This record gives sequence, C-alpha cells and structure tokens, in this order.
Amino acid sequence: MLSKRIIPCLDVRDGRTTKGIKFKNNIDIGDPVQMARYYYEQGADEIVFYDITASSDHRNIMIEVVRQVAREIFIPFSVGGGIRTLDDIRDVLLAGAEKVSVNSAAVKNPEIIASGAKAFGSQCIVLGMDVKQVPVSEKIPSGYEMVINGGRTHMGIDALWWAQEAVRLGAGEICLNSIDADGTQTGYELKLTKLISEAVPIPVIASGGAGVPDHLYNVLTQGQADAALIASMVHYGTYSIAEIKDHLKQRGIKMRLLW
Amino acid sequence: MIVVLDYEAGNLASVKRSLKALKAQVIVTQDPAVVVKAEKIIFPGVGAAGQAMSNLQRLGLDRALQKAWVAGTPILGICLGAQIIMHHSAENNTPCLGLLQGEVHRLGPAIPGAEGERLKIPHMGWNQVRFLTDHPVFAGIPEGAEFYFVHSYYPSPAVQGQVLGVTDYGQEFPSVVGYKNLLATQFHPEKSGRFGLILLSNFLGWDGHYAQ
Repeated sequence: MLSKRIIPCLDVRDGRTTKGIKFKNNIDIGDPVQMARYYYEQGADEIVFYDITASSDHRNIMIEVVRQVAREIFIPFSVGGGIRTLDDIRDVLLAGAEKVSVNSAAVKNPEIIASGAKAFGSQCIVLGMDVKQVPVSEKIPSGYEMVINGGRTHMGIDALWWAQEAVRLGAGEICLNSIDADGTQTGYELKLTKLISEAVPIPVIASGGAGVPDHLYNVLTQGQADAALIASMVHYGTYSIAEIKDHLKQRGIKMRLLW
Repeated sequence: MIVVLDYEAGNLASVKRSLKALKAQVIVTQDPAVVVKAEKIIFPGVGAAGQAMSNLQRLGLDRALQKAWVAGTPILGICLGAQIIMHHSAENNTPCLGLLQGEVHRLGPAIPGAEGERLKIPHMGWNQVRFLTDHPVFAGIPEGAEFYFVHSYYPSPAVQGQVLGVTDYGQEFPSVVGYKNLLATQFHPEKSGRFGLILLSNFLGWDGHYAQ
C-alpha cells in the first residue's frame, strides 16, 4: 500500500528560512539547508521550499540553496515561488530539485505547464493552486476561485476547471492551498480538497490550515488527499513528524514509519 | 569506474549526487566504448520507453549494454531502466533491450481503494517492497522499509524466479527484477533515503554473482 506523505514546507526569503522555528538541537533555524537536513532525518517524506524572495535579482541565491540541499538529503523535494519561465524550471531541476511548482505564472500563462512537462516530464511539474471560496456564479460554478498575490487578486478562473485543465496540459501533481484556511491552524479545507482530488487522476497535496494531527487525518480520509503539507505545527516544535505519523498510523492511515 | 548511462532520459543529477555521497568515483557518459569497459553500470531514466529506446539506439548504447550484460558487468537498472531491460514494453508498443524475457505492463485499471477512493496513476510516493530472495544487494535493509516510486508501468519477467521483490498498489507488481549480473528496481533508490543509499552502497560492493 502506498503511504500517505507528510511534507513540511519551508518559506525562504533571500536564502533564509523565514519562520522562527524553535528547536532544542544545535542547528541554525534560519538556514534552509540545515532545516532540510533536520526534517529529512526526522522522517519527512518530501520537502517543499517556497521562495518568497521579492526581487528576481536574488533568484540565484535560491538556486544555490537548492544545490546545497540536494547534497544533504536523499528524498524528493520541490521548489516553488517565482517560477516564470522554462529556464527557471530548468535551473531548479538541474540544481537538484525533484519537482518544480508553478503557481501564478501558470494561471497567467498555462503554456508553461505544457512546455515544462514536455521538456522534463509530468512527474516534475507540480501545479500550485491558491484558492479562495466565493459565491457560486456562472463564471465560478464550483464556488472556488483561483487567486494570486496571497489572495489579494482574484483571477476570475474556476479552481475545479483549472485543476482539470492543468492535468490536460501535463501537470503531474497538484499542491492545493486554501487561502481561507491558510495560517488559521483550524484544519484544512476538506470540501475543496475532496472536490479537486476526486476530479483529477493525479496526486493532490493538501495545504493550509493544519494545526493538530487530526486535521491531517481528516484531509487524508474525508478530503481524499494523497499528501499533507505542514508548516507551523512542526516549525514551532509543537509536534514532531514522528508524533504526527504515529497518531495517523494509530487511526489507520498508512504511513512510512522506518527511515 | 562506475558508469552512469546518459541517454537523454531525464535528470541524472540525483543519481550522480547519491553516488558521490557514497564516495564512489562516477563517470556519466554517452560513449558506448566507456560502457563496455565499465566496472559497474547504472542505468537510470525517466520518461517514455519509445523515446528512450530510440535514444539508446542512436547513441549505440543498446549494443554496449547487451555486450556488458553478456560479459558479466554488474548492472543496476532504475525506474525506466528497469523496464527497458525487458523484451517489450506496452508503452507505445516498444521493442526493448531484451536482457530479460518478459513484458512491461501498465499499472491499473484505476480501481477503487479500500475507502472507495480511486488509485491514482502514476503510482507516486513511498511504498514497501517485499524482497523474495536474499540477494546481496538487499543486505541490511529491514522488513517494512519503503522506497520512493514514480511510474505508470512495471516490468513483468516471463521467468517467475527473476522477480526479486514485489510491491502492492491495487495489485501486486514486480518492483525488483534481476538475473545473474543484472538487478533493477522500479523505485528510485537515490531518492529513497537511508535504505535507498544502503541498496546503492551494496550494489557498489557487489561482484555481480548471484546464484538463483
């Protein structure tokens, strides 16, 4: 049986992780390379880096981070944030990432999914979706709309339609982030996750809202997600990955328990 | 010298890096002459069987691999490399290298899982391998260890004894195949954490002999 994946997400700005992570260990909590190594050893099934560097002049800093991470960890990791062109995808993959996540650039220019999948294979093209609940309308029949800029800009594109369109273009996986749930720590958006996961033949990573292990249980069962992204609940030391996995295993979810 | 075959089927960076982490001296090459003289060969790859076979033929690497196989050079196939070694692939109806007799089949059909959810194709993520033999390359890997998979097809040897490990994804499929000096994993040892590195390290120390 395939295990459900637990994936810590690290936000990186100008080459430094941004969240104040509390650890007992003697590691530099601002260093994404050491953080990745730490989570790798703690049993993360995969790691997601999200580059929130504002200036594109600093893109090469992230590439250097990717290069160093690839020397330290031997599980898949993906990089998202600021990926706009086929060259951006190539740079990240050649530096050693397994997958690249395209988000707002793909909404504006869907062709990047097709060209990325054609050049490097669908398995390394992740569609990042930022989604907000809106009233059902003719334009947004699912009641979920694609947004960018952290939810400030509505794109007028239906999230369900977009997920299916991205599959048609060649996306290999979807990382589905609910802007409404993001940062609340009150649980994932289950209805949205189930809606998208049922509608696409590719794996869906649920993102946004995790606060306690039962939130992961809910999204991996009711929400039908294949993987769950976590941030604050591990970054602030509230839970270890092993604790989360033990809890989920006890509730009957298939987990990778040896590493 | 450990030779990693570059036949333009995907990114070889992670294979190369994991071998470097194990302190192996590695050459990545497209040169058939280098392949024939290799001490050990690693045959990775992602992508489609048809394109991969035509690349191998164009570069002359198909015959180099067959020569090395006959000469007894230890060969490790990974992912697409574990499929191309078979006789034929259902993916684009592609004749393959034929180092082992048998077919490459597509996973599926997409039947509902235990909780009514559909199985997704590709099979992507961590899954267990039940090792059916005590092959030297499996030494030190505990029962229940999981490995990282990304694939839609799998190899199915005609000779049952050449299935060395199996994995369950809606159906039980061969996830490790091998015979004599050839061993091939459908999963990616280079992305499978500590146990993947153990497997690679065992391969680096393997003389290619295995009594079946």
